[in-house]
Amino acid sequence: MSRTADLVIVGGGIQACSTALHARMRGLSVIVIEKDTVARHASGVNAGGVRRMNRDYAELALSQRSMEIWNRIETLLDDDCGFQRAPQIKVAETEAQLDEMRARVADLNSMGYDHEVVLDQTQLRTLVPAVSPHLIGALASLDDGFALPYQTTFAFQRKARALGACFHEGLAVEAVRRQGADWQISCRGGETFTGRYLLNCTGAWAGRLARQLGENAPIEAVAPMMLVTARLPHFCNAVVGGPVGRPLSFKQMANGTVVIGGGRRGTPDPDTNVSEIRFEHLRLSAAAALAIFPIMAQATIVRSWSGLEGFTPDDLPILGRSSTAENAFYACGFSGHGFQLGPGVGEVMAELIATGSTSTPIEKMSIKRFN
Amino acid sequence: MNQYDVAIVGAGPAGMAAAIESARAGLSTIVLDEQPEPGGQIYRAVEAADALRLEILGKDYARGRDLAAEFRSSGAVYLSGATVVNVNPDLEIFYSKAGILTSFSAGALIVATGAIERSTPLPGWTLPGVVTVGACQIMLKANGRVPDNAVLVGSGPLLWLFAAQMIAADMQPRAIVETVPRSRYIAALAKLALNGAAIGYLRKGLQMMRTVRRAGVPVYRDATSISIRGNERAETLCFESGGGHHELPVELVALHQGVVPNQQITRLLRCQHIWNERQRCFAPVLDSYGETSVPGIYVAGDGGGIGGALAAELQGRLAGLRIAEKAGKSIASDPAAIRGELRREATIRPFLETLYAPSSQILAPADDTVVCRCEELTAGQIRAAIDLGAPGPNQVKSFIRPGMGPCQGRMCGLTTTEIIAASKGETPSLVDYYRIRPPLKPLQLGQLAAFSGEKSDRDTIEGGARG
Repeated sequence: MSRTADLVIVGGGIQACSTALHARMRGLSVIVIEKDTVARHASGVNAGGVRRMNRDYAELALSQRSMEIWNRIETLLDDDCGFQRAPQIKVAETEAQLDEMRARVADLNSMGYDHEVVLDQTQLRTLVPAVSPHLIGALASLDDGFALPYQTTFAFQRKARALGACFHEGLAVEAVRRQGADWQISCRGGETFTGRYLLNCTGAWAGRLARQLGENAPIEAVAPMMLVTARLPHFCNAVVGGPVGRPLSFKQMANGTVVIGGGRRGTPDPDTNVSEIRFEHLRLSAAAALAIFPIMAQATIVRSWSGLEGFTPDDLPILGRSSTAENAFYACGFSGHGFQLGPGVGEVMAELIATGSTSTPIEKMSIKRFN
Repeated sequence: MNQYDVAIVGAGPAGMAAAIESARAGLSTIVLDEQPEPGGQIYRAVEAADALRLEILGKDYARGRDLAAEFRSSGAVYLSGATVVNVNPDLEIFYSKAGILTSFSAGALIVATGAIERSTPLPGWTLPGVVTVGACQIMLKANGRVPDNAVLVGSGPLLWLFAAQMIAADMQPRAIVETVPRSRYIAALAKLALNGAAIGYLRKGLQMMRTVRRAGVPVYRDATSISIRGNERAETLCFESGGGHHELPVELVALHQGVVPNQQITRLLRCQHIWNERQRCFAPVLDSYGETSVPGIYVAGDGGGIGGALAAELQGRLAGLRIAEKAGKSIASDPAAIRGELRREATIRPFLETLYAPSSQILAPADDTVVCRCEELTAGQIRAAIDLGAPGPNQVKSFIRPGMGPCQGRMCGLTTTEIIAASKGETPSLVDYYRIRPPLKPLQLGQLAAFSGEKSDRDTIEGGARG
């Protein structure tokens, strides 16, 4: 197996696998080094939301570009990724919340985006009859959806590998340094790799690699928790987010199970790669789900889980060139909403690395903002 | 400050014995168990059994009454009907009882959750009318009922014990179809070591077989290629035996291929586990007192490796004594003497484990046999996921969902590990097992939502014990 490639990607989540695939499609040779297994952490266990709705304005263009890829994901990967089109909505409990949503939609329209709309109470109850009657409306993006995160990331890996990307799993990177025009990447156990370009996709662990490049990536390891219920008769066709004060993400899968997330956090331990479920926090997700969907009172939880994800102070990812080192790049710190972006991030990063620029604006996500 | 010095999960022989020693040494002790009365599976409903049921179930079962009585008067707090759904690494224990989720903290934990029946994936095993021998025996112990006309299929001492109990209850089985290959007798005899305990077990086994023969129950030995056929439910049992093909009409098929440790809590707490090749299962790594690789967490009984009811009781005593000793209490019994009894008790195990090793048909199920019942996944689908590059059980689980249903992998976990190990030519220890996440048993969403978020005090917990 080759030890030298145009591009060495550290980390094996969806951003890494997607960039590996798109870089191969542009003819770059690619090595991916993952300390555990591909999709072991946030990429394999997230809630699977394919959501453009309610994104930070800085991410809008990237999210749209990614959505175009989602719309043809099966053609790209020879795997449907469990992708299902579904409305993404965020419910409102108060007029003030609804007013904010209206203002946002007006903003978006002025920027040329028309994917988000405001639903009134009747429209909301028509779309999702099971929601609690106290909800007065919602923000919605009707052509979003959800997918299966492990299946998706694994499909990106398989397609990238089929096109010649080389994956090394169970191999931890210890040090990176310049050697002439190249990067030399040393791993635990003594293996070394050489690459012209280096991409940091190490999620919750990304701060460590950044320090070696002499810059600050202020990424905190966080363990968002999720739970899933036993199968229920079908009652919900939308992915539903909670209002301000009730963080919730709620969706019923094709098999009838209901996946509930929403950002309640377990205890992360990035040094041992594990995270602990905390019932005293997870209970709040359960309570939020009940408040929005009274029908859930008798549902039974069959499993809860959490995965380690990297969060930045402003909840925006770190994307683009290093501020200090030539030919080093970042795609990390997605702060719990990077899954939908994954296909687009891969295309944008491959474009940036291969051509030196990208047609999608990502400057606001640069690591420069922290250095 | 912990609410209890010692928490014990499970009130079978191991849990009861551990509680007796722990409470005797003056440690505040709490026992949580799902059933309404103490006894575990082996002594299930023993306190309530009348003379007739005790006669049917035999002396080994009746022995549980004394242990249960000693446990009841031990001073340990006993929560019946309590399902443990989560344990944090700092030993905060969450349980559901009477529809309420409660938590408390303990200084030490003894996992005495025993064994579960080994899953038996073979063609037709998911049809209505197919159950396990263990489930039938539970019906007998709890309700005094025995299923009519059952055909017992598989391998293991329980097959013969239950057949003898059915005969004693005047409901003899329709047939016994045993999967033990003839060659196993020779291999097992080579492992036979004799002492008083071993001779006692052999004598009981031969007595059970004699009972079956005298009752005229047809016994088919060295059976292979077992399948259960039927449209709506089990109708025909097909197998090869004695050089011929057999098709028995059936109403009820009871399958059994031995029991394996229930690993859910020790996996949840990330205790180290190791593959036991002779028992064909994982068991937690334990020191000579039953302490796991995680300090303060102990396993007693079959959850630490299959040893039977008497061994479980001895292991429970050892764990209780050890925790008392570490707490600076004076202890009433000598651990070395108990270990000597355990060794004597275990003398028969190599023979039994060799003779009654699970059949190769269920360890390597055919491609079209369902392995994960919750998600209806076949062995072939698992093999296909591995061929695509899924490296281990957790990736196969994430990819095609075996182990993600309500049973949380209890049914398919070992089979999935075996299939992956065989496909990749790796040891099961290296392949490892599903990561277990809470809840340990399905939990109502409303109970979690109503959880106070704080540990309860002892008055609240013990008030619940009376309710």
